Amino acid sequence: MYEEENREIKAVVERLLRDANAKCVYLVDKDGQLISASGETKNIDATSLASLTAGNIAATGGLAKLIGEKEFSILFHEGERDNLHISVVGQRVILVVIFDKRSSLGLVRLRVKRASEELSKSIQKLLDRMAAGAENENLLKEITDDDIERLFH
Amino acid sequence: MSFINYSSREINCKIVYYGPGLCGKTTNLQVIYRKTRPEAKGKMITLATETERTLFFDFLPLALGDIKGFKTRFHLYTVPGQIFYDASRKLILKGVDGIVFVADSQVERMDANLESFENMKINLDEQGYSLSQIPYVIQYNKRDLPNIVPVAELKKVINGDGAPDFEAVAANGFGVFETLKAIVKLVLIELKKGS
Ligand SMILES: Nc1nc2c(ncn2[C@@H]2O[C@H](COP(=O)(O)OP(=O)(O)OP(=O)(O)O)[C@@H](O)[C@H]2O)c(=O)[nH]1
Ligand SMILES: [Mg+2]
Repeated sequence: MYEEENREIKAVVERLLRDANAKCVYLVDKDGQLISASGETKNIDATSLASLTAGNIAATGGLAKLIGEKEFSILFHEGERDNLHISVVGQRVILVVIFDKRSSLGLVRLRVKRASEELSKSIQKLLDRMAAGAENENLLKEITDDDIERLFH
Repeated sequence: MSFINYSSREINCKIVYYGPGLCGKTTNLQVIYRKTRPEAKGKMITLATETERTLFFDFLPLALGDIKGFKTRFHLYTVPGQIFYDASRKLILKGVDGIVFVADSQVERMDANLESFENMKINLDEQGYSLSQIPYVIQYNKRDLPNIVPVAELKKVINGDGAPDFEAVAANGFGVFETLKAIVKLVLIELKKGS
């Protein structure tokens, strides 16, 4: 189920990680759900990262509208050690790249640009498939009241 | 928008706690955080002012368990209740799957409750949603205080549509899980019939 699209996405992300010399790369849904994480992700709380990134993009998106821009599609935060490059892909998904001295903003920008084009195609495919939603139905029709009740015990 | 990830076998849903300033939204999340076993919860994020008023949102991820081999994850958010944070409230409503409206039972907060409820409807409409299509429950909070409106009256004023509703004293945990359980159930039922 959606294996093909997920594999495609994973491959692009892994390559971006290598080509950009990044520490880690995350894909996050604009609603704050984590889609994938690659690289040195062990010490970072991915769920928090996803939610804050989405909040960040939403807030800057609001700012953009205020001044008459459609959206700020790239955000960059520079730290003492690590830097954060955040970009919106295909208007729906957020790509987060964390990198340090081993890379540079220029390199990350360049590689993100290429990866974005490929990702946005795969993501569109995935979203179309999910919108078709036939598979959701099969799974969810079978949820019973008991299943829901059990979640709380 | 609920998000079913078939490769990691997860169902993700977003639940938003809405209501006027100081009604107890953040307190609800704090209670849920404290009383949930460690393996079922993630970090709670609080973006608040120095005086502990919510500035952007609180966020608490919960992993409640499996349904048919799918992990269920619920992302709980609160909005900032203070009137002038309306832009933030709109952002947080994006992608919402279910709403808990927390009302403050105190007599002097009735206008604030109504105003917040109306504001929620407007903000939902702006996002292209409508309250009639989104699962929601209502919590009448602060039932421990002396100067409170009778529940029958509260029901009449803010629950004309007869949504599931619960009395609560969030400050000591009473009614918090009952409310959560009700919204989780509604969201899953909606998923089941919706998609
Ligand atoms: N007496 C009483 N106090 C409560 C109850 N629930 C919350 N409070 C108190 O009300 C105050 C505000 O609670 P919060 O949870 O921060 O309110 P909020 O809705 O998040 O407020 P904003 O972030 O400004 O929107 C705190 O001092 C709480 O301790 C309750 O059931 N009874
Ligand atoms: Mg709050």
